Amino acid sequence: MAEQTAPPVIRENSPPAAPAKPDAAVVRDALGVGIAVGLSGFAFGVTSAGAGLSVLQTCLLSLLVFTGASQFALVGALAAGGNPFTAAAGAFFLGTRNAFYGLRLSQLLAVPKAVRPLAAHWVIDETTAVALAQPSRRAARIGFTVTGLTLYVLWNATTLLGALGAEAIGDTEAWGLDAAGPAVFLALLAPMLKSATERATAGIAVLLGLGLLPVLPAGVPVLAAALAAPLVLWFRGRRTTPAGREKDSR
Amino acid sequence: MNIWIAIALTAAGCYLVKLVGLLVPAGALERPLVQRLAALLPVALLAALTAQQTFGAGDAVVLDARAAGLAAAAVALVLRAPFLVVVGAAVAVTAGVRALGW
Repeated sequence: MAEQTAPPVIRENSPPAAPAKPDAAVVRDALGVGIAVGLSGFAFGVTSAGAGLSVLQTCLLSLLVFTGASQFALVGALAAGGNPFTAAAGAFFLGTRNAFYGLRLSQLLAVPKAVRPLAAHWVIDETTAVALAQPSRRAARIGFTVTGLTLYVLWNATTLLGALGAEAIGDTEAWGLDAAGPAVFLALLAPMLKSATERATAGIAVLLGLGLLPVLPAGVPVLAAALAAPLVLWFRGRRTTPAGREKDSR
Repeated sequence: MNIWIAIALTAAGCYLVKLVGLLVPAGALERPLVQRLAALLPVALLAALTAQQTFGAGDAVVLDARAAGLAAAAVALVLRAPFLVVVGAAVAVTAGVRALGW
């Protein structure tokens, strides 16, 4: 339970001699993330109800959208009086990162075709982070499934509780619940910052994400910040000799 | 009604982008550049999301109690605290700083 926030990031094509990780250890890591983040569905339920959505609407968002940042973005935009299309566009843009997670996961997990439409619903920050942190395909599959299942059940249960309990809680910000989201993201990000490449990417993304906030519509700055990744790769490509250092130390 | 439209669009859109990622042919992913890009994109997105949800207020950038909460989370991460402790520290410190009148 103690180390799941900083698991060793080992590439899926690491040598066959990679140390086997016991299934129980993978399940423990997955449960740690699933339970912690799943419980933060409470913050979403409260926020959504506070934004004027009904309990049914709030619960449907968690059941059907199931990607926290998009859900928060949607209810935030609706509360601010945004029209449904802009609000949905912001949420959609935030959700497009899951497509990139899917790109990574499809090769790592080798999901059978028939299962893909089901597995897709669980392709989110947390399941990706846990799966990518595992040393083998078997461990990655266990990590993905256990995180996804735990998170889905708890996120929806706590969303309902939060929506029902919103009135009892009153001011959610007084309870600091708005800090749960960024803390979750930071905890997911930290173990990924392995080398200068990752750190430079993160730094540029922060600058872009904040700097463009006043200029672009809600949800777009995050997408623009994603450009930090190709930017850093392009810059590294120019600095490295073409053939020699193709394999970087990631 | 507007809320229902927004919910339907978001649910459909968010599900479809998740599915697209899994359905893209594997051949497109064998190039090292694509692999590295796919590995770096979550880094960029998570970093931007962390910053925005800590310092963003609508379309403005502000410094408030959430920054203290995030700093607490960072300390907890450095100390290798469990996930729940990291999130709990952020929530508790943010609430505490606000209670002090920030």
